[in-house]
Amino acid sequence: MARNPVTWLGSPTFPRAAAEALRDPQLRRNLRHATHTIRNKRANAVAELPDWERLRLAGEAIKNDVLFHLDTYLEKLEAAVTARGGVVHWARDAAEANAIVLRLTREAGAREVVKVKSMATAEIGLNEALEAAGVGVVETDLAELIVQLGHDRPSHILVPAIHRNRAEIREIFAREVPGAPPDLTDAPAALAEVAREHLRRKFLSATVAISGANFAVADTGSVVVLESEGNGRMCLTLPQTLITVMGLEKVLPTWRDLEVFLQLLPRSSTAERMNPYTSIWTGVTPGDGPQAFHLVLLDNGRTATLADPVGRAALRCIRCSACLNVCPVYERTGGAAYGSVYPGPIGAILTPLLAEAPEDKHVASLPYASSLCGACFEVCPVRIDIPSVLVHLRAEVVAAKGNRTPEAVGMAALAWIFGSSRRYEAAQKAGALARYLGHDGTISRLPWPGSKWTVSRDAPAPAKESFRAWWRRTRG
Amino acid sequence: MAVQTTRVALFPTCLTDTFFPDTARAVVRLLERLGCTVDFPLDATCCGQMHYNTGYREHAVPLARTLASAFAGYDAVVAPSGSCVGMVRDVYPKLLDGSTSVPRMYELSELLVDVLGVTYVGAYFPHRVTYHPTCHSLRLLGVGERPMELLSNVRGLELIELDEAESCCGFGGTFAVKNADTSTAMLTDKMWNVLGTGAEFVTAGDNSCLMHIGGGLSRMRSGVRAVHLAEILASTEEEPWPVTR
Amino acid sequence: MADARIEILGRIRRSLVDRPAAPAVPRDYDVTRPVDDLAALFAERVADYRAKVSQVTAKKLPAAIEAALRARDAGSVVVPADLPASWCVNGFDWQIDDPPLGVEALDEVHGVLTGCAVAIAETGTIVLDAGPTQGRRALTLVPDYHLCVVRAKQIVGTVPEALAALDPVRPLTFISGPSATSDIELNRVEGVHGPRNLEVLLVT
Repeated sequence: MARNPVTWLGSPTFPRAAAEALRDPQLRRNLRHATHTIRNKRANAVAELPDWERLRLAGEAIKNDVLFHLDTYLEKLEAAVTARGGVVHWARDAAEANAIVLRLTREAGAREVVKVKSMATAEIGLNEALEAAGVGVVETDLAELIVQLGHDRPSHILVPAIHRNRAEIREIFAREVPGAPPDLTDAPAALAEVAREHLRRKFLSATVAISGANFAVADTGSVVVLESEGNGRMCLTLPQTLITVMGLEKVLPTWRDLEVFLQLLPRSSTAERMNPYTSIWTGVTPGDGPQAFHLVLLDNGRTATLADPVGRAALRCIRCSACLNVCPVYERTGGAAYGSVYPGPIGAILTPLLAEAPEDKHVASLPYASSLCGACFEVCPVRIDIPSVLVHLRAEVVAAKGNRTPEAVGMAALAWIFGSSRRYEAAQKAGALARYLGHDGTISRLPWPGSKWTVSRDAPAPAKESFRAWWRRTRG
Repeated sequence: MAVQTTRVALFPTCLTDTFFPDTARAVVRLLERLGCTVDFPLDATCCGQMHYNTGYREHAVPLARTLASAFAGYDAVVAPSGSCVGMVRDVYPKLLDGSTSVPRMYELSELLVDVLGVTYVGAYFPHRVTYHPTCHSLRLLGVGERPMELLSNVRGLELIELDEAESCCGFGGTFAVKNADTSTAMLTDKMWNVLGTGAEFVTAGDNSCLMHIGGGLSRMRSGVRAVHLAEILASTEEEPWPVTR
Repeated sequence: MADARIEILGRIRRSLVDRPAAPAVPRDYDVTRPVDDLAALFAERVADYRAKVSQVTAKKLPAAIEAALRARDAGSVVVPADLPASWCVNGFDWQIDDPPLGVEALDEVHGVLTGCAVAIAETGTIVLDAGPTQGRRALTLVPDYHLCVVRAKQIVGTVPEALAALDPVRPLTFISGPSATSDIELNRVEGVHGPRNLEVLLVT
């Protein structure tokens, strides 16, 4: 099976990548400022709705209904889109999806396409595939543009350039955008103006646009895209041909179900009552917008994930990124350290599930990139119990590694000791000798693997007399 | 102060039993002072959380069975650890498959407030203290304000609010070792906030987090110490509890 | 390609062989919420996005349109063909989108004037459905200034109420303020590609 491009080839394991990222003071500052700001905003936006918890429960239930009847809803969606003049394609993996998009682009006679930001297209490496085939790709989302011009990688699901502050963005634009004013300041308004000028020509002349989709309604065939800047509307309205790549799991059963998600998503993602623009279209409307509409339904590991009774919860994700914004790990390491299109808490579970590569050391490290604090679960609008899925995936990593690794041997030994109070107490007595490694009950240096603790923390020495030894002595 | 003749079984937890026995002794003193009879079934060694959370589920199952059997028949079991109680309450139903019943285990503040019905326990601890709500007790168990209520009724204690209290300290079990750098970065911010309160002690309901936070404070020679909630509550004016950390 | 469809549907069915049960969707979230003055709430919420909002009576609407366009020194304004004649006040170059204007022509007009289909008070949202007085979607996208007439009776309180009032298969555009981005340090900043200036005339 071909490698799933959701992860970036050659990525180091998370601990190694994180160690490097942690040392970047500018990154640390940018991330802390951005995540702390959005956390408070989100909390306020959510507090405004007295029925927030009820909306979450409804969102979870609707998404479960979708997953448990996914084939039925996808067939309905296909019929509804087709009835309104759209064409539906099915793609088993990244390569197949890219081939479909490339063929459609060539059939439309385009040498260049404009793109709305789409996690699904990032996941399949669409830009690279198109460019390798000689088709130019213009990212029109401001953050994706920053990433593209900065020859960088996206580090956040919603705000891909979160790792950049305004000064760095100014520097990238000044260097890479032809026609950027020489006296360009780092005021966000000035930076936005540069993006506007640069992209306007592209919007007004593009013939093919590629987008993703936030939702697609099965009973009506309506496709939904939420955005802020207007680049989405530009791509979805002006070109003759529109190609939308959408993960299978994004389908919703009925029009009415949208009322839940149009409340959950804006408040969870950009922490607004509503994002500036939401576009909804069904097939083709004569005289209004693209006259050729193609919907590419993408599997790329989703059906395999669906087979996992615990892991399938990850498919409820609506890509809001609230979990990234509250995660104490993501806040410090940033997204690049995950080596995946999907970073943060959702990335730590979705990436291994989609990638299906248990022997890959990098992928295997992702479920451990968490202290299991649970802040993510608290904010997830569709109530994905991310800590539980992480622990479940850790069990799969351990099973794949087998029982001869040093860690497995150590864990087995410890379980054996814990397995009987007699063995346990004998170990406690023997361990008490470790007090000689330290001073006053504190050990400041331990041999490997204990050294990983004592690199930054003192360790307690085992007590002279354990609690149970005291109990036995004083209470018989 | 309500006087109860309640029989409570104690699960000291493997970490506290081996490294911080003072905490378990403090629980015994406190509960006996409140009129409880405390039992300690020696068969219960470890709840299996570390194995389970690291991915070694099959090692956790026999440990869960042993612990569940050891505490069978007790109406109330207390553990000075939100994370161990969380393991029993949240995971044991999945591990035990109905053959053995899940022990009715309470975290210390839950036992005091909900079962014994007290928020004043006659404690005296004349120090400046700040409280760190551990992630499992906060989010999994939802202990809420119970620990703060108990602490605010300790005579002589000046309770100072911790900034960014709900941020994880970075322990996370084997995370502290497997992702030591990130764990340390999180620890640094937690220590920063603790030191910012000017408190002499940081307390919590979990020795795992306190081992991590205290280990950092000790390494940095900060002069600030960690102490388990049980030891504060056990301390009285007549018999002050000696903090040995 | 038919192979892909068959294969994916087959994979889905095999993945669900454990027949997971989906409990009924709890619909006890709020569909409607009590609001004293929908128009006032709507005006407040739209203004929160830094759109300009004025309340006028139906009789004063043409004058308000004139005042708004004068304040902006507007020259040419594009309108859908079915806009009420009384709205196209004297003194401006009205470009009627019939036959449809080319995209370069749209780029050159100063602004666009339309009505709307529905408005949502709670979120300060205007919804266009390419229906009467609205025209096709490109009209309210390319020009830099959008003057939108919202009648008080078109305002509903909540998102569920709005969706119930809309036809799903029409091309729908939900507008909540002028175009903006949150990509720079996660602060919402106005003005990227869509109309950077949104002005609302609320007819009460």
